[in-house]
Amino acid sequence: MADLPTIAIWKFSSCDGCQLTLLDCEDELLGILGRVQIAYFPEATRAEIEGPWDVSLVEGSVTTPEEAERIKEIREKSGLVVAIGACATAGGIQALRNWANVKEFASIVYAHPEYLETLETSTPHSDHIDIDLELQGCPISKAQLVDALLAVLSGRRPNVPTSAVCVECKRRQTPCVQVLGTPCLGPVTQAGCGAICPSFARGCYGCFGPKETPNTVSLAKRWSEMGASEDQLLRAFRTFNGYKPAFREESARHGG
Amino acid sequence: MRAVLAPEALEAIVEVLRRRDWRVVAPTVRDKAIVYGEIASAAELPVGWKDVQAPGSYRLERRGDEARFGYAVGPQSWKRELLAPSVRLLQIERANGSFKVAKKAAETARTAFFGVRPCEVAAIKIQDRVLIGGPYADEDYLERRKNSFIIAVNCGEPAENCFCASMGTGPKAEDGYDLVLTEILDGSHRFLAEAGTDEGAELLAELPQQPAEEADTAAAEKVTDTARERMGITLDRSDVHELLLANLEHERYDDVAKRCLACTNCTLACPTCFCTTVDDANDLSGGAGERIREWDSCFTAQYSEMHGGGTRRSLQSRYRQWLIHKLATWNDQFDTQGCVGCGRCITWCPVGIDIREEVVAIRVTQEAKS
Repeated sequence: MADLPTIAIWKFSSCDGCQLTLLDCEDELLGILGRVQIAYFPEATRAEIEGPWDVSLVEGSVTTPEEAERIKEIREKSGLVVAIGACATAGGIQALRNWANVKEFASIVYAHPEYLETLETSTPHSDHIDIDLELQGCPISKAQLVDALLAVLSGRRPNVPTSAVCVECKRRQTPCVQVLGTPCLGPVTQAGCGAICPSFARGCYGCFGPKETPNTVSLAKRWSEMGASEDQLLRAFRTFNGYKPAFREESARHGG
Repeated sequence: MRAVLAPEALEAIVEVLRRRDWRVVAPTVRDKAIVYGEIASAAELPVGWKDVQAPGSYRLERRGDEARFGYAVGPQSWKRELLAPSVRLLQIERANGSFKVAKKAAETARTAFFGVRPCEVAAIKIQDRVLIGGPYADEDYLERRKNSFIIAVNCGEPAENCFCASMGTGPKAEDGYDLVLTEILDGSHRFLAEAGTDEGAELLAELPQQPAEEADTAAAEKVTDTARERMGITLDRSDVHELLLANLEHERYDDVAKRCLACTNCTLACPTCFCTTVDDANDLSGGAGERIREWDSCFTAQYSEMHGGGTRRSLQSRYRQWLIHKLATWNDQFDTQGCVGCGRCITWCPVGIDIREEVVAIRVTQEAKS
């Protein structure tokens, strides 16, 4: 037992959905637990093992001064840091605050906003520390998480495609929904979800964030030709991954 | 051997093939498009449908007649049946301190491709050359190819993006099929059927039929002649090899890079593109692993990644690699052409980039120079 690598799962500002993906690995969970020691995972156990840890999975974005410090400490005490999910890799949906006034929000939501200590922005961990691997997605793909853990355990590279969702649509023989008339973010969005939405004749809404070399300008131009308004374009690019540079820059071109 | 078939005889084709344990895959309407799928009856063909295609656009419309093959090609190609999107190449198991490599069990069903367009017949011949024509045959492809039966259907009504006449691959199939049909809508609705192989002749002999008269063969000839005239020549391939190789640094590549999404749709819709990637995976116990081959594309950054990084980082370089390979260096490499003029890369490009226009844009400046 003592020889097994230690793995800690850390929560920052998030909905917990990504770390729950680990518990959702029903078929693989026992196998994983047989090969690692869970050092910290409050969603599953109260047991704790002190650091340093071999692997830290980090969920959620940095939105408070405390979180900005805590991620540095985790980095110092971890062999590998894997950022999981749109919050950890892009700032998440809560990064919408980056275009707004947080104090105003707080005064509306909380009776005593003076008790809050929060940052003006929601940022990914890569803005604060060096990250070894990012798994994009809101939420992440179970298959990619298991593959990443297996890759770490067996000393191989994880299989994380950086290509477009289109590759997955084509492999599963889904006719292109955009060519059929439904605007789709698939051509600029990273694969990994298995192209679920187009398989139900819906356009991709970019929950896996930008792919490598995303040509958002060209796609947005086509959406305009198809009838999308500037406001629709702004909203399409400013969701879960809106603060990731490629999407952030594209949404800025459409106002706001 | 040739004969005339009534539309109802198509049902007999499906029936005879299925009785002989062939899985029949044919065009059928699904997801608002004409796709390929297994059928149990000729009634599942897209009867009375046509496709309206434009760069980056595809719509189905009613024809107003009962044509069985009144459309061109859809989003999928027969590549899905022969160079399958995902294939397990190996299974590896740990055993007694060593390991055992198990070959994938052959699981290929005998498959009849019903409704293969002449451009697609040409594409299959090209992939045969590339994948099983050299000293190292692709075993999985070979197995599937041996277990295939091709019923071609000549084209009467090309779509907007069709340019097979330019590439010399259609609209009439010359060989490479077991049986070929030409649908005649002029006069009584009928099909001229011609066998290309003994197996095709055997199937034809089992079908209800009429002898083919001279008027029938003339009518069939008119169908493909009309289709050829309607398409015209929209891609001049006579000098395209020299043209592209003489313009490696052309400014048009900067222009196309502004439009290209590097999404891979053109290559994965293309019936001749054959790029794949191979990934290894292992199981949780560490006792078994497998090697999977999946469709990939020269348009991804990871495709050219090696130690030190990728070789085609810019979109310019990726589009150029594809265009020049497809229309020029493919010929040098495989002694066949790479493009069959099916138009899928144009229709299924989400932003409607037209390979014919890109060539024209390069040719225009070349002509201005000389």
